[in-house]
Amino acid sequence: MIYTEKVMEHFKNPHNQGSIPDADAVGQEGNPVCGDVMKVYLKIKNDVIADIKFETLGCAAAIAVSSAMTDMAKGKTLDEVMKMTKDDIVNDLGGLPVQKVHCSMLGVDALHQAIKKYRTGK
Amino acid sequence: MSKIYLDHSATTPVEKSVMDAMMPYFREIYGNPSSIHSFGQEAMAGVDKARTEVAKFLNAEPGEIIFTSGATESDNLAVKGVIKALRQKTKNPRPMHVITSLVEHDAVLKPCMELEKEGVEVTYIKVKPNGVVDLEHFKESLKDNTILVSIMWVNSEVGAVMPIREIGKIIRKRNEERERNWKKLGPKERGERPEPVYFHTDATQAVNFFSCDVKWNYIDLLSLSGHKIYGPKGVGALYRRTGVPLSVLQNGGHQENGLRSGTLNTPGIVGLGAAIAALDKESQEKNNKKIVVLRDLFVDGVIKNVPDAVLNTDRKNSTPSHAHFSFLGVEGESILMSLDLSGIAVSTGSACASGSLKASHVLIAMGIKVEVAHNSIRFTFGKHNTEDEIRRVIDELPPIIKRLRDMNPLYKK
Repeated sequence: MIYTEKVMEHFKNPHNQGSIPDADAVGQEGNPVCGDVMKVYLKIKNDVIADIKFETLGCAAAIAVSSAMTDMAKGKTLDEVMKMTKDDIVNDLGGLPVQKVHCSMLGVDALHQAIKKYRTGK
Repeated sequence: MSKIYLDHSATTPVEKSVMDAMMPYFREIYGNPSSIHSFGQEAMAGVDKARTEVAKFLNAEPGEIIFTSGATESDNLAVKGVIKALRQKTKNPRPMHVITSLVEHDAVLKPCMELEKEGVEVTYIKVKPNGVVDLEHFKESLKDNTILVSIMWVNSEVGAVMPIREIGKIIRKRNEERERNWKKLGPKERGERPEPVYFHTDATQAVNFFSCDVKWNYIDLLSLSGHKIYGPKGVGALYRRTGVPLSVLQNGGHQENGLRSGTLNTPGIVGLGAAIAALDKESQEKNNKKIVVLRDLFVDGVIKNVPDAVLNTDRKNSTPSHAHFSFLGVEGESILMSLDLSGIAVSTGSACASGSLKASHVLIAMGIKVEVAHNSIRFTFGKHNTEDEIRRVIDELPPIIKRLRDMNPLYKK
């Protein structure tokens, strides 16, 4: 198996998959031409991620990254989430094949983009 | 739950009769075929028999068969070997021109790119939307200094069958013209007799399904592989018509008339011989008929049950085995992984699973958009698949596609 058990578990049963129609912030990264698109929806209360959902087009790794990332971000303060790196997600998943590491970048970028938008009031 | 294998273009299981033929050559008839003593000669008898079987299948002479480690080596030997031989043949070689296609396997494309770096001009022939090489573009591309054409018989991704005999005929006509024009010139001005255009084809994916008569199709060099035809891995062959210039790439103990040194892989060669011997016209027709029924049952079922499924295989012009689909709005690898969890083995053309993130060069050449190329899955059926298996896959596929599409932020629900 090219993926860890944890990656496959997230891929089979992703957590926090879906959308939030009245989200406080939304972030999207990637491009179908590259094969991956990640979209993150946030509900924010007192600078804390109260709820988070994702939608992802991509490989099993991209879906697992999205799922793991939402687990990690939920309940954290915005400052804490802004400090999250792609390595935090890769480590949480027990590693990713080298050529799949860019998926984790995409997830973090989408999440950070949403928070930046929220903070600048866009 | 039993597993279902739908990746026969990647490899096939070794047939029982093939394995039985190979077994004695591991422990009993273990001599080095190049040895003069009885141990060696007994092993060589097995190699000779296999050589005869391969030659018979191709309608060639045994002396025209070079055993290799597989089609990749055969392709490299053919493409680089011909160019190297022609370079050595003349003292002042003219700039050389090679023609191949945009949809070749990397075992042909990469050697061609290497030749380009060495100053050889290479033309990559376009394909039509169904993946078949554009004969008009091919004809226009032939030049006075064209010396090698390498076009695959069957494209491994979508299964498109190339017009090999037409290409062979065009080359033959061109060679006759070249010879005639040369003869018209006076003895002083004509110079060296012009080199003909040599025709190589990678027949790796064709041998299983079609008669590959090298004379009927005007072929000078042909690559094939054991493991795509229910034979062993790690063995293949290159047919080289007598007289076609070919230089050695691998030097050593002078095996295969010095053209491919290295101790002969006796069990593998015997296995290749047994596998190809089983491919007579009758058995090919029987298996083709069986496989095409399964393939068409599958294709019709998928088109009926899965919305936005685009068939990229042109069924009127393909092997009986291929069904290549793009499932719009879903990344191919995520489909592959989901099917694998259900015990169903397929392959993705989008190379995301195989290490590179680039979309398949074959699909792009067919004019398929990059974002759609990423949505692709190749199903290739084999003679041991059953109708029950196909029905199960048709049932399991739709919910997998739906689940993944539901996750896609861009797919209109």
